[in-house]
Amino acid sequence: MISVAMGITFSDITSSAPLVSLVLFSLLTLFVESLGKDKPVLSYWVSLLGVAVSLVLSFGHLGTGTPVFGGMLLQGGFAGYCNIVFLTSALLTILLSRGYLERMESHRGEFYILILFSTTGMMLMAGALNLITVFLGIELMSVSLYVLAGFMRKKVRSNESALKYFLLGAFATGFLLYGIALIYGTSGTTDLVAIRRLFPQLSHNPIFLVGCGMLVVAFSFKIAAVPFHMWAPDVYEGAPTTVSGFMSTGAKAAAFATFLLVFVRVFDIAGSSLSQVIAVIAAASMIVGNITAVAQNNIKRMLEYSSIAHAGYMLSGIAAANVEGETGILFYLLAYTFVNVGAFGIVSMMERQDDKNLSFDDYAGLSARRPMLALLMSIFMFSLAGIPPFAGFFGKYYVFLAAVKANMTWLAILGVLTSLVSVYYYLRLVVLMYFREGDADLEKPAPLESMIALAVAAAFIVVLGLYPSLMVV
Amino acid sequence: MLSDHILTLTIFLPVLGVAALFFVGKGNNQLIKIVGLLTTVLTFAISLFLFFRFDTAATANFQFKEYAVWIAGLNIGYYVGIDGISLLLIMLTTFLTPLALLGTWNSVHHRIREYTMMILLLEVGMVGVFAALDLFLFYIFWEAMLIPMYFIIGIWGGPERVYAAVKFILFTLFGSLLMLVAILALGYYASTIPGGYFTTNLVQLYNVGPRMALSLQTWMFLAFALSFAIKVPLFPLHTWLPDAHVQAPTAGSVLLAGVLLKMGTYGFIRFCLPLFPHAAFKFVPLLGILAVVGIIYGALVAMVQTDLKKLVAYSSVSHLGFVVLGIFSMTEEGMQGAVLQMVNHGLSTGALFLIVGMIYERAHTRAIADFGGVVKVMPVFSVFFMIVSLSSIGLPGLNGFVGEFLILLGAFKSTFFASTAYAVFAASGVILAAVYMLWAYQRIIFGKIREGGLYGGHALSDVNRREVLTLGAIVVFIVWIGVYPGTFLSKSAPAVKQLVQGLEFVRHGGQVRTTDAQIPISR
Repeated sequence: MISVAMGITFSDITSSAPLVSLVLFSLLTLFVESLGKDKPVLSYWVSLLGVAVSLVLSFGHLGTGTPVFGGMLLQGGFAGYCNIVFLTSALLTILLSRGYLERMESHRGEFYILILFSTTGMMLMAGALNLITVFLGIELMSVSLYVLAGFMRKKVRSNESALKYFLLGAFATGFLLYGIALIYGTSGTTDLVAIRRLFPQLSHNPIFLVGCGMLVVAFSFKIAAVPFHMWAPDVYEGAPTTVSGFMSTGAKAAAFATFLLVFVRVFDIAGSSLSQVIAVIAAASMIVGNITAVAQNNIKRMLEYSSIAHAGYMLSGIAAANVEGETGILFYLLAYTFVNVGAFGIVSMMERQDDKNLSFDDYAGLSARRPMLALLMSIFMFSLAGIPPFAGFFGKYYVFLAAVKANMTWLAILGVLTSLVSVYYYLRLVVLMYFREGDADLEKPAPLESMIALAVAAAFIVVLGLYPSLMVV
Repeated sequence: MLSDHILTLTIFLPVLGVAALFFVGKGNNQLIKIVGLLTTVLTFAISLFLFFRFDTAATANFQFKEYAVWIAGLNIGYYVGIDGISLLLIMLTTFLTPLALLGTWNSVHHRIREYTMMILLLEVGMVGVFAALDLFLFYIFWEAMLIPMYFIIGIWGGPERVYAAVKFILFTLFGSLLMLVAILALGYYASTIPGGYFTTNLVQLYNVGPRMALSLQTWMFLAFALSFAIKVPLFPLHTWLPDAHVQAPTAGSVLLAGVLLKMGTYGFIRFCLPLFPHAAFKFVPLLGILAVVGIIYGALVAMVQTDLKKLVAYSSVSHLGFVVLGIFSMTEEGMQGAVLQMVNHGLSTGALFLIVGMIYERAHTRAIADFGGVVKVMPVFSVFFMIVSLSSIGLPGLNGFVGEFLILLGAFKSTFFASTAYAVFAASGVILAAVYMLWAYQRIIFGKIREGGLYGGHALSDVNRREVLTLGAIVVFIVWIGVYPGTFLSKSAPAVKQLVQGLEFVRHGGQVRTTDAQIPISR
C-alpha cells in the first residue's frame, strides 16, 4: 500500500537520482547546444558525461524499490536494473555515433539531446507505478525516436522511416490510450498498485480484459512482435544505423520493461488466457522473424528481422510469467543490448554514403583486412545465434527454462528450432568474413572511442556468458 | 593446492597457450607452432597424473571431483570429475592433439597463429565434455567446441569447405538444441518431486531420471539420443560426416574422427543409459538395428570410394556402428569393448587420416587410382600404413581385434537383443573392413610403380623423422592395446561394471540410487 503524499520531498529526488540527473543533463545539453550551434562536439561530451553519471548512480539504486513522487514512480530495484540497460545502450550508441555522423555529414548536436530525452522516457517507463507515467514515458521516448529516425533529413529513406514510424506509432498510442481508458473505466484508477488489488475481481470483467488486450497490442507494437511488426524493417533500414541499434535495444528494452511491469509484476497473468495470447504472439514472432531474416540481403534488414525473433524469445518469458521469465528477460535484455548495439555499430562503420556497403556480400574477406572488426562481429553473431559460451546463450537458456516451468515446453521447442534457422543467417556473415575472399574494408579507420565501445561490449558478452551471476541474482 | 585441481588444469591449460600466442608475433610461424605443440604436450603430461593416480579400487562413482558454485540461483555448478570411461577418452584426447599438430607441421600455410589457437580451444572443449558432471557445463563445452571446429573446417579446409562447415554446424546444432530442452525439462522434473529443486547436477539427476514415467523418459531419451546419434554418427544421420571429414584439414580430420565422434558414444554411456534406463531398454532393437545397418552400409560405401580420405571417413561410420552395438548390448563385455573400441578407433583412424594427409601433401592427390607401387618409393611409410590398416581391420595382436571381439561377444551374450542376428550381421562388417582396407592398400602400395616415380606429377619422398615420430607414437599404443589391453581395460572396468549392474537392477524393478553427499546444495 502506498501513501499518496502530495508535494515533492527531498527524498523523492535522492531516490530517483539517476533519473533526475539525466533530466538535468538533458537540459544542460540543450543549453550547451544553443550556445555553440556549430560545435556538436560539445554536446557530445556533455551528453556522454550525463549518461555516465546517471549510469554510475544507477548502480547505487539496485536495492529495494521505493515509491516516489506521490506514488507515480517506483525507483530502485527493477527500475534500477532497467536503467542500467537503457543507459548502457545510450552510452554505447553515443560513442559509436560521432564518427558515423561525421562521415555521413550529419553531425549535429541535437542528436545527443534526443538520445538523452528518449533515454529519460525509457527510464520513466521502467519506473512507472501509474498508467499515466507509462504513457508519458512511452511518448517522450517515441517522439524523440521519431525525430532521430529522420535525423538524416536529406535522405529520402530516412524521412520515410521517420514518417512511417510516426504514423504507425501514433496509431499504437491510440491503442494504448484506449486501453488505459477502459482499465480506468472498470477499475476507477490508473494507479497500478490499486489495480493490482482489484485484479482478482477485474480479471473476469470483459471490458477490463479488452483494455488489457489493447495494452498488449500497444506494447507488442513497441517491441515489434508479430503481427505488429510491419513498420519495423523499413524504419530500421531508413534510420541512421546507430539509431537503429539504439531503437532495437534501448527502446525495445523499455517496452519489455513496461510489459513485464504491467503484466507480470502487477497483473500476474500466469496461467490465464492472456498468457496464452502472448505465447502465440511469441511463437509467431520467432517463426516469422527467423524465416524472413534468412531471405534478407541487407544487413540492417537482417538484424531487424532477427530482432523480431529475439522479441519472440523474450516474450516467451512474459508468457511464462514466472520469476525465471522475469529474470531471464532482464538478463536477455542486457546481453542483447551489448550485442545489438555492437552489431549495428560495426554496420555503421562499414556503411558508406548513400546507403552503400550494407549488403552481406560487402563483408566478404573482411577478416583479412580488419581482423579485429571481424572477430568482434563474429562474437556478436555467435551470441545472437545463442551458441555458448556467449551471453546470448544464457539469456535463451533462462527464458526457455521459464517456458518449460510454465508448462509451455512447446514454446521452448519452437524456440530452439527457430534458433537453428537463425544460426544459418548469422553464420552466413561469419562465412563471408572468414571463409571467402573479397576486398571488404572500412572507408577510413574507425575512431578509437568506437573501437573501445565495441571491445567493451564484446568483453561483456563473454564475461556475462561465462559468469552470468554477475547480473543474475 | 594445485594437486587438487589436476582435472581443471588439464581442461584449461590450452587456454594459457592461446593467451601466450597473443604475444607471439604474427609472422613468427616457427615459434607459434612450438608454443602450440608445447602446450599440448604439457597438457598430455598433466593428464598422465590422472591416469596414474586413478584408483581402480575406489568405490566412488567419480574421482578428481571438483565443485564450485557457478550460478547459484539455478543450482548450476562447475562440477567436474572422471570415471574410468572418461579417463580413457581424456587420455585419448590429450594424446592425439599434440600428434595432430606435429603430424601436420608444414601442411597449414596461412593464418597459422589463428589455426593453432583454434586447435587449442578445441582441446579445451573436448576434454571438458568428457569431464563435465553438470549438464549445463557439459552443454557449454559440447556447443562451444563447435566454434573452433567450424573455423578449422571453414578456413583451412578443402575446396568445398564452406558447405561442409555449415552442414557440420547445422546438423550438430539441430540435435543438441533439442537436447537443451530435454536438459531443462529434466532439471524441472527434479524440482517437482517432493523436496526437490531445479538442478542440472548429473550425479543427483541419476537418482531422478529413472523415476520418471516411461512416456516422459521416452521423450527425453529421444532428445538426448538424437543429439548423440548425429554426433556418432549413426546411420541414417551420418551424411554430414563425409563432407566434414573430407574437407577438413588433416589435423581437423584427425580430431574430428579421433575424438569428436566419441562424444556421441560417450553421451550414450554417460547420459542416455543411466538417466533414462527404461526408455533405453525400449529402444535397444531400434538402435541395435541402426548400428548394424551402419556397420554394413559404411563398409559397403567405403568399398566403392575412389578418394582415400572419403574411404577412411566412411569406415568411421562402420566402426562407430560397432561401438553403438557394444553399448546397447548392455553387457559388461560389450560395454568394455565399446569403450576400448572408442580408443582404438581414435588411434587407428587418427593415424589413417595422418597417413592420408602425408600422402596428399606429397602427391597433391588423394585418388586411389593415381597411386601404385608406392612401397618402392616410400618403404617406411608403407610399413606404417600396413600396421595401421591391419589395426583398423581388427587383426589379432593389434588393438582393433580386442575391441571388436569384446563387442561381438557382448552382442552374442546380450539378453537385450532378441536374436543373435545382430552379432552375426555385425561380424560380417569385420570381413568387409578387410576387403575395403586391404584392397585400397594393395592398389596404393603395391602394383606397378608410376612412370618416372611421379604421382600427380610429384616425386614422393619417404616419411621424415617428424612423421615417423608421430606415427610411431600411435603404433606403440596400437600394439600395446593389442597385446596387453589390461592396462586400459582395468581402468574402465569398475565404471562399466557399475553401470551394467545398475541397468540390470533397474530392469528388474529396482530403484537406482547413487549418492553424492559432498555436493553442497545452494538455495
